Amino acid sequence: MSRFPEDLRYSEEHEWVRGGNGNTVRIGITDFAAEALGDIVYVSLPTVGEEIAAGDSCGELESTKSVSELYAPVAGMVTAVNDALADAPETVNTDPYGDGWLFEVEVADLAGLEALLDAEAYAELTA
Amino acid sequence: MAAMYGVYHGSNGLKHIARRVHNATLILAEGLKRAGHTLQHDLFFDTLKIQCGCAVKEVFDRAGQRQINFRIYSDDTIGVSLDETVTERDLDDLLWIFGCESSSELVAESMGEETRGILSTAFKRTSKFLTHQVFNSYHSETNIVRYMKRLENKDISLVHSMIPLGSCTMKLNSSSELTPITWKEFANIHPFVPLDQAQGYQQLFRELERDLCEITGYDKISFQPNSGAQGEYAGLTAIKAYLNAKGERHRNVCLIPKSAHGTNPASAHMTGMKIQPVEVDKNGNIDIAHLKAMVDKHKDNLAAIMITYPSTNGVFEEDISDVCDLIHKHGGQVYLDGANMNAQVGLCRPGDYGSDVSHLNLHKTFCIPHGGGGPGMGPIGVKNHLMPYLPTHPVVALQLDKDACPLGTISAAPWGSSAILPISWAYIKMMGGKGLKHASEIAILNANYMAKRLEKHYKVLFRGARGYVAHEFILDARPFKKTANVEAVDVAKRLQDYGFHAPTMSWPVAGTLMIEPTESEDKAELDRFCDAMINIRQEIAEIEEGRMDSRVNPLKMSPHTLTCIMSPKWDRPYSREVAAFPLPFVKPESKFWPTIARIDDIYGDQHLVCTCPPMEVYESPFSEQKRASS
Repeated sequence: MSRFPEDLRYSEEHEWVRGGNGNTVRIGITDFAAEALGDIVYVSLPTVGEEIAAGDSCGELESTKSVSELYAPVAGMVTAVNDALADAPETVNTDPYGDGWLFEVEVADLAGLEALLDAEAYAELTA
Repeated sequence: MAAMYGVYHGSNGLKHIARRVHNATLILAEGLKRAGHTLQHDLFFDTLKIQCGCAVKEVFDRAGQRQINFRIYSDDTIGVSLDETVTERDLDDLLWIFGCESSSELVAESMGEETRGILSTAFKRTSKFLTHQVFNSYHSETNIVRYMKRLENKDISLVHSMIPLGSCTMKLNSSSELTPITWKEFANIHPFVPLDQAQGYQQLFRELERDLCEITGYDKISFQPNSGAQGEYAGLTAIKAYLNAKGERHRNVCLIPKSAHGTNPASAHMTGMKIQPVEVDKNGNIDIAHLKAMVDKHKDNLAAIMITYPSTNGVFEEDISDVCDLIHKHGGQVYLDGANMNAQVGLCRPGDYGSDVSHLNLHKTFCIPHGGGGPGMGPIGVKNHLMPYLPTHPVVALQLDKDACPLGTISAAPWGSSAILPISWAYIKMMGGKGLKHASEIAILNANYMAKRLEKHYKVLFRGARGYVAHEFILDARPFKKTANVEAVDVAKRLQDYGFHAPTMSWPVAGTLMIEPTESEDKAELDRFCDAMINIRQEIAEIEEGRMDSRVNPLKMSPHTLTCIMSPKWDRPYSREVAAFPLPFVKPESKFWPTIARIDDIYGDQHLVCTCPPMEVYESPFSEQKRASS
């Protein structure tokens, strides 16, 4: 079964957002999304320094089944991307909430996170 | 075709051809110089640009007498290009046309060895090419036909069984439609010939345009785009040109539902539009509330929406007219993706329910063969207001209105891959209005029949408000992952053992199969496919119920090759018969044997390799050399 940690916020695009580090949030895809996509073989991430708006397409996840757009769950500037995924994209499948994170964004204010779903609401969405 | 040209001729053959072409050009160049003409370049391969030493008209008059066309540039220079089909006789004609008194043979004799053209310059190629064994093995007709047949035998095609690829529309490409395009009158004419020499084609364009306008409800067709994607690009560029001309250059937002074909956002991006995704609801329809919110949010900059009807989810969305109205009310244009036109022909028309422009996949709906990489044809139909912005051409003057301000040129030939248009023309003429409508009805009926038969065994993912699917439908394979460790790919691979090509997999929804039977299949074939799917469902049930191993079973181990079945070692928990002959209709005399067993998709996607083996791999173990050395 998919599991959704309580301390994260979730988007309807099946991404998680982790706060707790000043204005920098970390973003990844959920267990549910990773399972639906299947074996991920290539990850295309935004570039560090890029300004992204919430809802913008900012990258791609390619699995053996399909290529899926990555949408920015929050607005802000990209401050880091997970370079380790270039050599080990399967980490997104094996550890979606940990080493399989995708990128980090510095948000102007954390209020944007409030608009996202909590674990319970997200669980309902994917039920 | 190009690949087999390379395989047959190989590097030596191609060099020989190139040398022949170049030599002929050298002879022509020498003759032209002697006749008092000036060449623009000293160095050339097969093309000469000539400044005439006499009146150009004189040259053209003589060319007309020998039925030869030249290219004329705007500065009155003449372009001549030779290829390997040019004979000595043609060369003599050319020399005569340009007023050279000698024959090509005499010119050649007097040229001597010192005229070596490119071969005596730094541009001569010195590196090896086409070194792979495949380009060095099949240089006789006997060998090349056997090689091509061997490749053909690996392909499962419409001559074996239905190809139920959703969205791809693998319908019949009839012989009566295809034969005429091999006739020299259609096949051997250059796209830039003077229009008075191509009146048959002109008539065909006019008639096909009239028929396509009647079918779609548009006012004008441009045949220039060579594919659906190129049609999208042309259509969106026309929209952009129209908006710019209206003084609304700022409109650059293109709304695209998430279920769209991947080419939609790609085309919109290429035209410089900003893409905004629109949500799809649980029933597979455009989320109207979200669409309204997006339209409202972007109303000042809304340029267009790109939608597919019936939708890529295989549903006739009942709100389509309202969607078009909503976009128009906010100053946008509607691009209706014509990918699924085969479910509409004779039943409804994009031009009537509110679309401004569409491309038509002539290679899907109108019978041009596809699937082997083309060529396709993606002409666009437009309403009157977009007409002035259709593509033009720099060499062949298209008939344009005086107020035209064309978007530019989007493919090399003025009417795209016009040599295949006779296929669609013939299809429409042979079917007639009634026949075309009937075809759409049967395509929809076939899909609904299959959905009905299969719904007891699989979940049909989306249906319209009245419970019907359009001309295609999606089966959900996702639940089997939990219950039996089976995924869509396992079902797709297992279908090969039953002699079928897989349906479209994981599109537009990951983990599903999309089936499109088309009108070309009869009930017996639909039933055969349904029987295969139902039997596969029973195989899944055996795994679910623990009667079959969840790792080693007919699905996970599929497809089963002849090598696998013939292997002396067989330690699987199911019989060879179940593996290779799972239903009575799979018979030895008609069995299609998959040539390759299951491959590792993950490994393959991540390890791109060049498959050039060393030459010794192809040597016989019994060759003289081997025996001598062993």
